Amino acid sequence: MSTFDWKKILQLGLIGGLVGVLIALVGMVEEFDERDIIAGTLSMGWTMLILTVLVTAYFAAGTSKMNNLLSIAAGALSGAVFSVVMSILTWMVDTFDLRQTLVNASPNLVKILTFEQGIPNGLIILIVAGAVVGALGSAIFILPDRYRKAVSLGLGMVAFLGLMQDIIQVSLAGFEGVSDAIVWMFGRGTESGLSVAGAIMVFLVVSIGNLLWETNAPKVNSQFNKLPQKSRRSLKWLGYGILFLVIIYLPAVLGLYLTEVVNATGLFILMGLGLNIVVGFAGLLDLGYVAFYAIGAYTVGVLTNLSGELTWSFGWNFWLALPAAIALAVFAGVMLGIPVLNMRGDYLAIVTLGFGEIIRILALSDFLKPSIGGSQGIVNIPPPQFLGVLVNNPQTLYYFIVAGAVLALFISQRLRDSRLGRSWKALREDEDVAQAMGINLVATKLMAFATGAAFSGLSGSILAAKLGTIYPHSFALLISINVLALIIVGGMGSIPGVFVGGLLLAGVPELLREFAEYRLLIYGALLVVMMQVRPEGFWPEATHKRELHEDSVDVELVAEGQEA
Amino acid sequence: MVSILSAKNVTKQFGGLTAVNNLSVEIPEQSISSIIGPNGAGKTTFFNCITGFYTPEMGEIIFNGNRIDGLRSDQVTRLGISRTYQNIRLFSNLTAIENIMVGYEPHMKTNWLDAVIRTPRYHKDEKAAHEEAIKYLRFVGLAGLGDQVSRNLPYGAQRRLEIARALASKPSLLLLDEPTAGMNPHETLEMMHFIRNLRDSFGITILLIEHDMRLVMGISEQVTVLDFGEKIAEGLPKEIQTNTRVIEAYLGRGAATEGMATAHELTPKKKKS
Repeated sequence: MSTFDWKKILQLGLIGGLVGVLIALVGMVEEFDERDIIAGTLSMGWTMLILTVLVTAYFAAGTSKMNNLLSIAAGALSGAVFSVVMSILTWMVDTFDLRQTLVNASPNLVKILTFEQGIPNGLIILIVAGAVVGALGSAIFILPDRYRKAVSLGLGMVAFLGLMQDIIQVSLAGFEGVSDAIVWMFGRGTESGLSVAGAIMVFLVVSIGNLLWETNAPKVNSQFNKLPQKSRRSLKWLGYGILFLVIIYLPAVLGLYLTEVVNATGLFILMGLGLNIVVGFAGLLDLGYVAFYAIGAYTVGVLTNLSGELTWSFGWNFWLALPAAIALAVFAGVMLGIPVLNMRGDYLAIVTLGFGEIIRILALSDFLKPSIGGSQGIVNIPPPQFLGVLVNNPQTLYYFIVAGAVLALFISQRLRDSRLGRSWKALREDEDVAQAMGINLVATKLMAFATGAAFSGLSGSILAAKLGTIYPHSFALLISINVLALIIVGGMGSIPGVFVGGLLLAGVPELLREFAEYRLLIYGALLVVMMQVRPEGFWPEATHKRELHEDSVDVELVAEGQEA
Repeated sequence: MVSILSAKNVTKQFGGLTAVNNLSVEIPEQSISSIIGPNGAGKTTFFNCITGFYTPEMGEIIFNGNRIDGLRSDQVTRLGISRTYQNIRLFSNLTAIENIMVGYEPHMKTNWLDAVIRTPRYHKDEKAAHEEAIKYLRFVGLAGLGDQVSRNLPYGAQRRLEIARALASKPSLLLLDEPTAGMNPHETLEMMHFIRNLRDSFGITILLIEHDMRLVMGISEQVTVLDFGEKIAEGLPKEIQTNTRVIEAYLGRGAATEGMATAHELTPKKKKS
């Protein structure tokens, strides 16, 4: 039975249109008009609108059971509705002067949206284009799964590379051999974005590559499983070895700027791993997590600074100050933990939120100004030395941060698979029952707070060493929110999820500086969409298979193989 | 007859409501005993008093010679009492095996440092927990479902998993709160055999709250009847079946609605205070 759900399709088109209006009115269309994804062909502003239409059409095509033709018609219709809404906006902006209240409703916006063709003609083009893009969006919907995935991935990659063009170009400029390829793909560097030929190539390579991989992956997998255990293990170690080499040589390849971005991301990931224990494993919603970051940073600052302006100037070695900073963060974690032992959910969130603010305001206060510098913060924190090497530039700090993150990763993974990890998860699921199973709630909760605080304190210590100066405003509530958001986006309680979330919410925004103004808006939209589409996060926590021992299965298989 | 649990004059009040009133019960060791009574009679409240969820206002509860009223629920569990819940309360996002392994918690000795550096003690402890979990999983007939997330298990399996989790702490007294709630007569009969088998296999004492009279009368060696928080009868199943106060509590309620409720609740309380 084919049905064509007019109402739903119109509704979706209207919603999409309103999103488009919002994108235009917050100024993204205009601001990103000069920034091209594909040089001279497609600007980033238009990309955002097209993406909105594609998504709208995708959903419109899925509204009801339809045959392919009707699906495409539905997509086209929703796209047209989108464009009609945009046209009304354009007409209104052109006719009335809305700039008093809506600063971005400018003549320039009209020019962009009408393709510089004037009001009636341009709007007709806009509506036709909307319908065409809508039809394309629904065409993606009706493709078989495999192709759909390949096409989306190809388009995504084109957009990604187009966005990252200047960064890629700058970081690869030093390599002689690839410079020709770069010029071909990205143009001479006078324009932004991929060249048309480059975009087509990227799309084809990624899509076809994905398609081939998807069709052959099961075969490769079974081939891999057929290998004797010894070579399987050595292949695995080979993989680890390559990963290790990549990690070692990464800063040299990336260059200063990108390494700096990786470092900033690394600090967030380190904090994320800690908060993941508190929130993800133990289910204790902590909104004041930045406090431990501040405590770590300030402890290192106070103990090592050479500024001479503060009451105390201990002038400790960084490596002595580091354990002290972590210990103090742990102590603070336990101190915060004790009063909130009996609190749950919202109440816990409010109290921890207050705790985070108290620490920040203390750092800012005149009361503590003589010892920790008040609003001027602590300056002149010397960079640490490691084996005679001064850790003072991003590329040496990188190793330090990687070591910290690997340590935190290692500890969280091992704790997760232990009695303590199970107790945390039981606590998260049902606190009363967990206690009735014999779990000591006090010890278990305090362990969660303490471990989380330790990782955050470590992250803060590295921050102090990295910046050389620390100010109270580096420890705003927003940091806690960001870390929490990265855990939610990655997947609550999932360790790989922390890395995914960190890259998405700390790494990518760091690279896309031009989005800085819209960062929180995009965060918000991403979180809302996530909760609708993938509430479990991008890389959800995996359940462990424990009933059948992998090893015992292997032993049987090996035994059979030997007999044959 | 040695009693493993004895409650003496236990009273639990919530504001003005007396949920358990001056209740004294002796549970014989290795018996299967039941507590029955109409809805709101205070059966689950009594369970909560035993397991440390509530602290009774008056009276004392002695388990194996230890006074346990006022202890936290984890302490009570470590002494050897474990329970299931009327509305199943599994750790729903954990797998069946993980649920049972959490139940084994009182017997685990490793600390966080063992876990981080993976000492031999850690491996020994984890292995023991895992083996126990498999054992109880098989015992309750859930072999093969161990890696399922527990919320995805069918209802009956969840009930049995909850019992397996309770058994993993190796209790000497197991409290089952309406183990057959929501089951059909066939499943109830199966559960009856299962409970008897449980007692015979592990030599533990079982105290259950149950509404299904066939089950209660079929397997109980002692039945205690509560009504409005008070014990109104106690004895062998056949004695209970013929007890007039019990029949009145169950059948006479409709006839006695006007004023009876308040009368029941208030009279003994006045005496007490």
